[in-house]
Amino acid sequence: MNVSQGRSSVILLIFFSVGFIFLIRLFTIQVIDDSYKASADDNAIRKVTEYPARGLIYDRKGKLLVYNEPVYDLMIIPKQAKNTDTAQFCKLVRITSSEYADLFRKAKNYSQVKPSIFIKQLSVETYGTLQEVLFKFPGFYVQPRTLRKYPDPMAAHLFGYIGEVDTNITKKDPYYKEGDYIGKSGIEQSYEKVLRGKRGTRTMLVDVFNREKGSFHEGKFDTSAVAGQNLTLSLDATLQAYGEKLFQNKVGGVVAIDPSSGEILACVSSPGYDPNLLVGRMRTKNYATLLFEPTKPLFNRALMAYYPPGSTFKLINDLIAEQEGVLFPNTAYYCDGGYHMGSQTVKCDARHGSLTLQMAIAHSCNTYHCYVFRSTMDQKRFKTSEEGYLNWRNHVLTFGIGKRLFSDLPQELKGNVPSVDYYDRYFGKGRWKSSTVVSLSIGQGELGITPLQMANTMCIIANKGYYYVPHIVKAISDSAGISPHFMEKQYTDVQAKYYDIVIDGMESVVESGTAAGSKIKDIVVCGKTGTAQNPHGRDHSLFVGFAPKENPKIAIGIMVENGGWGSDWGAPIATLMIEKYLRDSISRPELEKRMFEGVVLPKIYMEERLKEDKKKQEKKDSLATKAIVAERKK
Amino acid sequence: MRNQGGILQNIDRWMVVIFLLLVAMGWVSIYASVYNDEHQSILDFSQNYGKQAIWIGGSLLIALSILIIDGKFFAAFSYPTYIIFILLLLVVLVVARDVKGAVSWIDIGSFKLQPSEFAKFATNMALAKFLSTLDIRMKDLKTKIVSLLIIGLPAVLILLQNDTGSALVYAAFVFVLYREGLSGNILIFGFLAAVLFVMTLLVPKIVLFSVIGGIGLVFYFFVRKKRQNILIIAAGVLIASAIVFSVDYAINHVLQEHQRTRINVLLGKEIDPKGAGYNVNQSKIAIGSGGVFGKGFLQGTQTKYDFVPEQSTDFIFCTVGEEWGFVGSFVVIGLFMILLWRIIYVAERQRSQYSRIYGYGVACILFFHLMVNIGMTVGLAPVIGIPLPFFSYGGSSLWSFTILLFVFIKLDAYRLEILR
Repeated sequence: MNVSQGRSSVILLIFFSVGFIFLIRLFTIQVIDDSYKASADDNAIRKVTEYPARGLIYDRKGKLLVYNEPVYDLMIIPKQAKNTDTAQFCKLVRITSSEYADLFRKAKNYSQVKPSIFIKQLSVETYGTLQEVLFKFPGFYVQPRTLRKYPDPMAAHLFGYIGEVDTNITKKDPYYKEGDYIGKSGIEQSYEKVLRGKRGTRTMLVDVFNREKGSFHEGKFDTSAVAGQNLTLSLDATLQAYGEKLFQNKVGGVVAIDPSSGEILACVSSPGYDPNLLVGRMRTKNYATLLFEPTKPLFNRALMAYYPPGSTFKLINDLIAEQEGVLFPNTAYYCDGGYHMGSQTVKCDARHGSLTLQMAIAHSCNTYHCYVFRSTMDQKRFKTSEEGYLNWRNHVLTFGIGKRLFSDLPQELKGNVPSVDYYDRYFGKGRWKSSTVVSLSIGQGELGITPLQMANTMCIIANKGYYYVPHIVKAISDSAGISPHFMEKQYTDVQAKYYDIVIDGMESVVESGTAAGSKIKDIVVCGKTGTAQNPHGRDHSLFVGFAPKENPKIAIGIMVENGGWGSDWGAPIATLMIEKYLRDSISRPELEKRMFEGVVLPKIYMEERLKEDKKKQEKKDSLATKAIVAERKK
Repeated sequence: MRNQGGILQNIDRWMVVIFLLLVAMGWVSIYASVYNDEHQSILDFSQNYGKQAIWIGGSLLIALSILIIDGKFFAAFSYPTYIIFILLLLVVLVVARDVKGAVSWIDIGSFKLQPSEFAKFATNMALAKFLSTLDIRMKDLKTKIVSLLIIGLPAVLILLQNDTGSALVYAAFVFVLYREGLSGNILIFGFLAAVLFVMTLLVPKIVLFSVIGGIGLVFYFFVRKKRQNILIIAAGVLIASAIVFSVDYAINHVLQEHQRTRINVLLGKEIDPKGAGYNVNQSKIAIGSGGVFGKGFLQGTQTKYDFVPEQSTDFIFCTVGEEWGFVGSFVVIGLFMILLWRIIYVAERQRSQYSRIYGYGVACILFFHLMVNIGMTVGLAPVIGIPLPFFSYGGSSLWSFTILLFVFIKLDAYRLEILR
């Protein structure tokens, strides 16, 4: 009996040891180790995102420019998609059965039980027919999304476009998750945070097949989506459309600004494109096509293209010289058809004889302005020409040239005013002087200025000494307003009293000078033509101006690539836009017709166009297939 | 004797109360594990808990009937019962239904019977009967062989049904044999064999053989003076090597693919949380997420939403772990431990050898189920599909455990009437 007593104890001991081991194990995984709780949440808690509607965009008169159109992503949960009548399904969503097989495999590889996009952005029509019979296809459901829609295709560069976020952004900004959309250029980019609204989340409990089983803690942690705020632009849609029409078959850009506020009224970059092309399923394909166009329609010339300002820059040089006390309204120089420096001559378009400032502006005399520039730079108080140049350059910078204006358009570039370093490198230190860089006096040389900056200099002259940072957004709904940065006057260092004579000169330009052909009856336009030499081909045609002379309402800067004389295309188009904006009717239908019909495509584009026509078609086809393949791979 | 009429008079209240508690907790867990908003009625017979309610009702009736039956009956009918169930197991092999790769069910109308569940009970009876026969000595080779046959026959038949888990349960009878006089070396041998088994899978064979040889040498230096011991050591080394070889062979040639992966997953040799390791991984997540006090009744997400497979049958313990936490798990394991202790205690007080041996059989079967089932859910044992006694959903299992336990309770209640 003793033996058996011992044996029953041994057996009990074994039983209890196992029970004890279990308790230790349970204590470890239930009490000590926290990772299981996280895994459990991972399993059963699914955050469902509610996407807010993106803000709408209106023009200054309240016309709707950008809105949202619902589209429907067809989603799939492969595990639940069983016994699908593939033939009927393919017919409904217009794909072939082999495409179906590919898409299904792709979805399955991603996850059997997690939803993924089967077909992106079904049209409303496809959705309509599909929705009625969707119950026949378990595992498929439709998730609404919105796409941007532009009722009047215009101002594509201004609006920019929306695309899926890339990993750089998702890494930096925790707000964005894979598959989210974000503004990628233009207003969509710079006002992304205003337009996007606030995402909502619902925390749902899901079962192993990812079926929703009710909300977590009765929705205690849920937030609802807040729609994005609407933007009212300062853009005048009528003027913008008119500008784009005038620019058809031409390359270049024009910017019109209200000088009294810095509000951008029009901003045309030509060639443009239909913003509806960069939306939705066809975006990748269309983007690729546009990217390879020889005329570079995606390039926003109004904000990004540097052009030598040519004669339009004389105005700035005059103002600086006045401020420096080396130029007065009655200062006279003699023009014998050119400005001579030893063996070199800067040619003038005519023998102007002796003229004073106003006439020198009106007739755009090169000789006169060479004297003006050199007198500014070679003042006695400067010990070196470097010092004189720096003084001049600092003046120029205050006109918003050679630096970013920090408008609310993201692609804006700063242009170029050559630095002392640049000349030192180019000519050698101390081996250059005012005569070496005299081409700056007539806006040539290394100067680069964008149409936006051109228009901005006109705001400065119209305002006699200051500008407001140009901006495109006039008001944001539900918000105190736009940034105060746009309300501050930015002063130049040329005093107000020096502007009058320049303005008079500009009046003469249109009244009787180089732009006399673009005169508008009863509107006093102050302007200046420019013809910028261009090493790549014909001269660029430029015009800057503002109107009316008293109490200016619009300032404009325009550039027509390879347009020849400033008076050929720049001045007519600019004054037509001024007239359209101020009067809404055109008193010069002949001129308007000529501008509409004129073709000023740079030669290089023309040739390329013919040459590329065949290639393009082939490329288009292959790119389209590539784009589709890439899209699928995502 | 005293008060012959009251059948509830002499029964062991400990065991009955624990039985009722476990069954009740089991039902609550089944209810929670399959609960959803659409089926809230506790007697919805389309749901597992509704059906289980019927099985529980049935099992109470069975328990009551057993208590009414004359205590002499069981010993007398041990062999016939055994033979009947052996025959039934044979029938199953011919007409059975395939449930998850194992063929173990007989359909009788809409009623499904799983003879392998009841065969444990029959085997226990037969073994008790055989070992309680007068002048049977455990030391005799004949006794050993006959015992092995009684235990082995149903096990082999069940193995042929491809229900490895249920067959393994019969290994539990080794404790009964040990209690009745089988050498304790068998337990040590079994333990060492298990260690070798695991080592074979984890350690390269060349290392393993060197270790076995090394241990043999060490022993040799200690005991080399006695020739007999040297022989024993040589035999030990040989046997150990033989085990290693046969385990290796069995793993690679006898075991089926899924069994092999389950073992590898358990040993951490394969990590496959979506495939073979899915069950255990999800089961650990469910139990682990319960914390100290659990998520509360019906608040479990892992079991309710089907992340844990078989959550009302083999993995029922997950619901306990998730909804009642460590405290709940402690209570359940504690109750089982008390039950096992009580069975052993009661078995030892039997005057009848038959009753005692039968009691040990009950304890060993319950223990083996408990060890493998809970071990599996917490990732300490390979996934072997055997139910948790009294807890898991399923009529055959519940009824067979009820019968198993209540026959013992009846035998105990009847003990005072037995003259040895």
